Amino acid sequence: MRDIDLSAIRARLAKQDGTGQTGPAFWRSLDEVAETPEFAAMLHREFPEGASEFTDPAGRRDFLRLMGASIALAGAAACTRQPTEHIVPYVKAPEDLVPGKPLFFATAMPFAGTAVPVLVESHMGRPTKIEPNPEHPFTHGGTDLFAQASVLELYDPDRSQTVMGKGEIRPWSELSLALTSAGAGQKGAGGGGLRILSGAVTSPTLAAQIQGLLTAMPQAKWIQYEAIGNDNARAGSKLAFGDYLEPVYRLDQADVILSLDADLLDAGAGKLRYARDFATRRQVVPGQTAMNRLYVAESSPSNTGSKSDHRLSLKAREIPALAGAIAAGLGVAGAAGQAPASATAFATEVVKDLQAHRGRALVVAGERQPAAVHALAHAMNAALGSVGTTVVYTQTPQANPGEGFAGLRDLVNEMNAGTVAVLVILGANPVFTAPSDLKFASAMGKVPLSVHLGLHRDETAAHSQWHVPETHYLETWSDARTGDGTVTVCQPLIEPMYECRSAHELVAALSGEIKTPLEIVQGFWKANWDGRSASAGAGGAFGKLTDTTGVDFATFEKFWRRVLHDGFVPGTAFAPKPVALAAGAVAAAPAAAAVSPASSGVVPNSSDTSVGGLEVTFHADPSVYDGRFANNGWLQELPKPFDKVCWDNVAYISPRTAEQLGVGERKPVVYGVEVYLANLTVNGHTLQVPLWIMPGQPDGSIALHLGYGRTHAGRIGNGLGYNANFFRYSSTPWVLQGASLTLLDQIYNVACTQGHFQMENRALIRVGTRTQFEHDPTFAQHMAHVPKPDESMYAPWKYEGHAWGMAIDLNSCNGCNACVVACVAENNIPVVGKLQVMKGREMHWLRIDRYWEGSPDAPSVHFQPVACQQCENAPCEVVCPVGATVHSDEGLNDMVYNRCVGTRYCSHNCPYKVRRFNFLLYADWDTPTLKMQRNPDVTVRSRGVMEKCTYCVQRINTARQQAKIEDRKIKDGEIVTACEAACPTQAIVFGDLNDKNSRVAKAHADPRSYGLLAELNTRPRTTYLAAVRNPNTALTPEPAGPATGGHH
Amino acid sequence: MSSPNPSPPPTIPVLGPGHNYASITDKISDIVLQFRAPIRWFLGFVVGFTLLQGLLLAIYMLLFKGVGVWGINIPVGWGFDIINFVWWIGIGHAGTLISAILLLFRQQWRTSINRAAEAMTLFAVACALLFPIFHTGRPWLAAYWLLPYPNTMGVWPQFRSPLIWDVFAVSTYGTVSALFWFTGLIPDLATMRDRARTRVGQVIYGALALGWRGSARHWQIYETAYLILAGLSTPLVLSVHTVVSFDFAVSLLPGWHATIFPPYFVAGAIYSGFAMVLTLLIPMRSIYGLQDMITLRHLENMAKIMLVTGLIVFYGYMMEAFFAWYSANEFEKYMIYNRTTGPYWYMYWTLIFCNGFVPQLLWFKRIRLNVGILFLISIIVNIGMWLERYVIIVTSLHRDFLPSSWGMYQGSRYDWSFYLGTMGLFLTLFYLFIRVLPMIAMFEMRMLLPGGGNTPKDSH
Repeated sequence: MRDIDLSAIRARLAKQDGTGQTGPAFWRSLDEVAETPEFAAMLHREFPEGASEFTDPAGRRDFLRLMGASIALAGAAACTRQPTEHIVPYVKAPEDLVPGKPLFFATAMPFAGTAVPVLVESHMGRPTKIEPNPEHPFTHGGTDLFAQASVLELYDPDRSQTVMGKGEIRPWSELSLALTSAGAGQKGAGGGGLRILSGAVTSPTLAAQIQGLLTAMPQAKWIQYEAIGNDNARAGSKLAFGDYLEPVYRLDQADVILSLDADLLDAGAGKLRYARDFATRRQVVPGQTAMNRLYVAESSPSNTGSKSDHRLSLKAREIPALAGAIAAGLGVAGAAGQAPASATAFATEVVKDLQAHRGRALVVAGERQPAAVHALAHAMNAALGSVGTTVVYTQTPQANPGEGFAGLRDLVNEMNAGTVAVLVILGANPVFTAPSDLKFASAMGKVPLSVHLGLHRDETAAHSQWHVPETHYLETWSDARTGDGTVTVCQPLIEPMYECRSAHELVAALSGEIKTPLEIVQGFWKANWDGRSASAGAGGAFGKLTDTTGVDFATFEKFWRRVLHDGFVPGTAFAPKPVALAAGAVAAAPAAAAVSPASSGVVPNSSDTSVGGLEVTFHADPSVYDGRFANNGWLQELPKPFDKVCWDNVAYISPRTAEQLGVGERKPVVYGVEVYLANLTVNGHTLQVPLWIMPGQPDGSIALHLGYGRTHAGRIGNGLGYNANFFRYSSTPWVLQGASLTLLDQIYNVACTQGHFQMENRALIRVGTRTQFEHDPTFAQHMAHVPKPDESMYAPWKYEGHAWGMAIDLNSCNGCNACVVACVAENNIPVVGKLQVMKGREMHWLRIDRYWEGSPDAPSVHFQPVACQQCENAPCEVVCPVGATVHSDEGLNDMVYNRCVGTRYCSHNCPYKVRRFNFLLYADWDTPTLKMQRNPDVTVRSRGVMEKCTYCVQRINTARQQAKIEDRKIKDGEIVTACEAACPTQAIVFGDLNDKNSRVAKAHADPRSYGLLAELNTRPRTTYLAAVRNPNTALTPEPAGPATGGHH
Repeated sequence: MSSPNPSPPPTIPVLGPGHNYASITDKISDIVLQFRAPIRWFLGFVVGFTLLQGLLLAIYMLLFKGVGVWGINIPVGWGFDIINFVWWIGIGHAGTLISAILLLFRQQWRTSINRAAEAMTLFAVACALLFPIFHTGRPWLAAYWLLPYPNTMGVWPQFRSPLIWDVFAVSTYGTVSALFWFTGLIPDLATMRDRARTRVGQVIYGALALGWRGSARHWQIYETAYLILAGLSTPLVLSVHTVVSFDFAVSLLPGWHATIFPPYFVAGAIYSGFAMVLTLLIPMRSIYGLQDMITLRHLENMAKIMLVTGLIVFYGYMMEAFFAWYSANEFEKYMIYNRTTGPYWYMYWTLIFCNGFVPQLLWFKRIRLNVGILFLISIIVNIGMWLERYVIIVTSLHRDFLPSSWGMYQGSRYDWSFYLGTMGLFLTLFYLFIRVLPMIAMFEMRMLLPGGGNTPKDSH
């Protein structure tokens, strides 16, 4: 600081004295008196100079030293006693809550325009496992893989946790206020600037809420969009009947089924029911071999195709012509078409077979086919007299169905035009899933107020001003409809884990109401349960509801408790609607079906490594669907049914197309499977895709799977695979023509759990035809020589009590993977990641083996779930040096984790290779939310121990305890393993082999029953029931030799 | 010199001319007591010691992260670990064979090589033992749970498992080999004690010599004990690798489940053991100028044994293929098809080259007497025997019964680090051995002298 001139100060003070000022003259410092510029500056500053600017090096050091010391002291200060925590029992225990005993609550998982009715297992307030609701009138049990994996979604540590406004954490109240004022502002304008975008909504309550909003603001719009929707089906029904109708199939009534590119058994709102009904019609016993017959023409292998008796690979664009030809053959007025050359025999025989089963035949069209084909299918069903027997038409479960892609396109146009002032996105992720030509992200930038509600801070959240964490369905009240319209009231299993809101709350906030989801949902049903209210609106008028026996509910309380307990609202299934084919419905069809098959040839380009003229088809990913499950480790690690690839999506091409490209057979290498990368070019745009040679893929067609290439999915889902949406246009969302592939000289390593797909002439999966079965029902048992139990030196062990066993019906299994995820969820099976899977270290206790049979161009595919076979002569047991795997007196091959030292010898001696080893510490011991998901009845395994399927021994023991308490024997069907419960086709049966009346004992006695590799004298406790196909002998000459799958 | 053997008199003596008692003792003991270690010793030791650090690193990573640092997976749950275990155990066999069986058969040419071969056995067993312990998922438990020790839980090992038989077989083998080696060292340790110049040397050698004074009574007890130990060791030569082969033969895996395994493994073990003795002794005799004591006769005899055992091993390979066909078992047939043409075909054919064709050169005397070529062949045989275990373990496991579960295997960098590390351990121990102990049995060499009073071949 500058030296201060004291004499000048004195002079100034003296001068002040002399100016006649009253009162004492105070000065704060000599500087003030001197009126130095420094002092003036200091007065303007908050802190004295030097305090906020560490310009002096010495001072900075001092500061750092002080800070270090204070931090050290703070650390020392932290060494205080922990606050006392008391562990006390409940003074008033919650009803039914017994520590260690799980409770089950009925609810439903809303999913893409449908819902999966479930029972949720809850341990001390933590939902841990999804079970099917066997009492549900539509599904009768069974779940899909998404429902099974949804519990992990709840505990996903990457879930969005706070309300975000313009990239910062904001309180909900602020957004609530913004929404309410926006709603109020829009009210004045009739809602002209308000747009609500959601996925397909089946919730009657939410529909009524939004409808109420739209009534108040008539200019506002509600758009429903699903990336994998049913626009074509709906347009087809409109074409055929002049109205949006939903076909509900009755596969239990159908003798002959024709699927035109429809994955009936593993996709769509009715898949669980259809898979079940289909399987019941495939049950054969000697003397009663009536079976249905399934014809499938499809553009890429599907689970439905795997169950077909005749499968035809056709490019998607060739199927309309086939449909037209078949329809013409069936005498549908106005139908015409020339079946592709490869399909003429198929078409002729299908027509004959369908006609021979009038009233018991069914034609189904898939979403990938244009509306005209759907209309043709409806017309064919009408012509076959099947309406009312194998198919009925109802209103759609989706509330207020809109226009899908067209609706989204209109919305984007409005957004770009600047007429959208408020955009509320409810649980959808259009920035990722919308067709790329819409450029949804850039359109979002033109919306003044955009609010996104979602489970994750996803791509759409990144482009929204506001983001609200969405409650998971296990955290909130809601309601939803299954495929037949039956409503389930969804109840929460747990308080929202974060600052989450449901769509109900957000819409209520728009209306200026602050209500809890319970108030909203319960309020809706209070108004609707007894048919008195006229306000049912878009939710659908329910009329007076009665219970399942037709008795009125006495009070709302009784109604409410009943529907929550049962998991569905009885009597809410849609009644079939009488339909009449609109005039000229089919007249439009030939035009659409007139794509000339001749124009579909593959055009080899001049270069050897590229082909053109390819067709591109888009498919839902079997594991992550449209990408919404991308951050779900269970689903990412789930091998997809056909390619057995996980952690990636690949592009399917046929073996012949691969040949033209010069792609050799992919080879299994040490790190997964090496595949070639290729440039896929359409309309000048290019995307790099890994090529996968898929037997059964039509030549000249390339199948892309949606749902990958996410950038904001979370730590698991980011950066995996390629984004097929890149080529998806709103005008051609399913099929794209004129693509070309150029092979790149690059290799990409894919994680694939089954690199080899031939059975090598081994009798692993045993398949016969109906004729073979009629001729010799035990055909499967003659395919290998099995030593008899008395051929051993030792007397067989006598199982006095129970003898647990399992039977898996290969005729029913369609490879849907629900059992695999159920097993993962039940048994705390860790996710190991792509690299570990590539190294061959996946941990799944239950896997589904897939083998091809026949020529690579038109193969049939077989699925076989394989878990520990619980051999009576278990090879693993004798070689364990420490006795860590031992036989129980009920025939289980028990694994003693505590005793295991990890020599892995048991795995080597296991011919089924079902044992899994913790090569590293795979279980997540750190993430708190994941700990909540764990099944407390199953050990979380640590590093260095072997593990495997236990037949869900924890469930056996629970049943045993219960039976003991009640002093009775364990009943058949009382123990349901996780895989058995999840299976929608009832392919898996578990029970006591000593009880001769049990289902499993009967299955073991079935002539189709055989033991996998039983020729090794392992005497497996799990047996397989051989598959029986029902081919049309006119199309497939009956094989002269024995059934396939091996030799005698 | 004269030989009591009925076989044609060897043209090359087992001891070079011009030696007397003093020269033998001086020559051998001076290596330890007088000479500074030659620079080549240091070079070898540094190589071994450096590799040993790789072993420590590999063990550290293994304990810290788990066996997942290796390349193993499901279905190939054993890789380098068990390959190397069997390889090292096999190598150990030559030492015992030379010491015990050739002793019992009065093969006097064994004298100059038995000490080093026995040391090699011990060190090879030490290297081998690392693998069964560290290959487990939880070595800290495996180290004692595999042993039958009384405990309050009443839990015992599972005696039906071949791995438990292994524990007994290998630990017995290790113990007897150590005893045999030490017993054979006692007279020489006394010599070392007497000749040692430093106090420390005198004390240590003295303690180890157990008060040996060379009295007639001492000699009598020594000879009896040595013969008993030789008798004990002899069945072990056959039993250890038989039991090791049970690890495979007892399982039901195609390629493992074969009755031919025990004799074929024992022959393979001796084969690889002699190859390793040659690999070690050929440089050693040149470094220390021991051509007089480890003569061409020794090398030729070992080459002959390699030829015989190599033929047995090759017969084993042929029988594996024959039975795969003859059994008409599709799994067996596929196993041999996969070995010969599958993804690891080059391993199999390299193995056939190394173990089937290269040893045929040993039919020729000129090659047997060519030290350079012999050294090369011994290296090739060592590689071949390692490949044999690779082929047996990896190609059998990677494609077994269910094609759905087939996989691939490749050793990771820690596999290599562990493997090379055990070589480092072996070399380190061996170089220390030749630095501190007489690498050739001095007293037995003295007995070979023509005027050597008690003619050893008759008195044994």
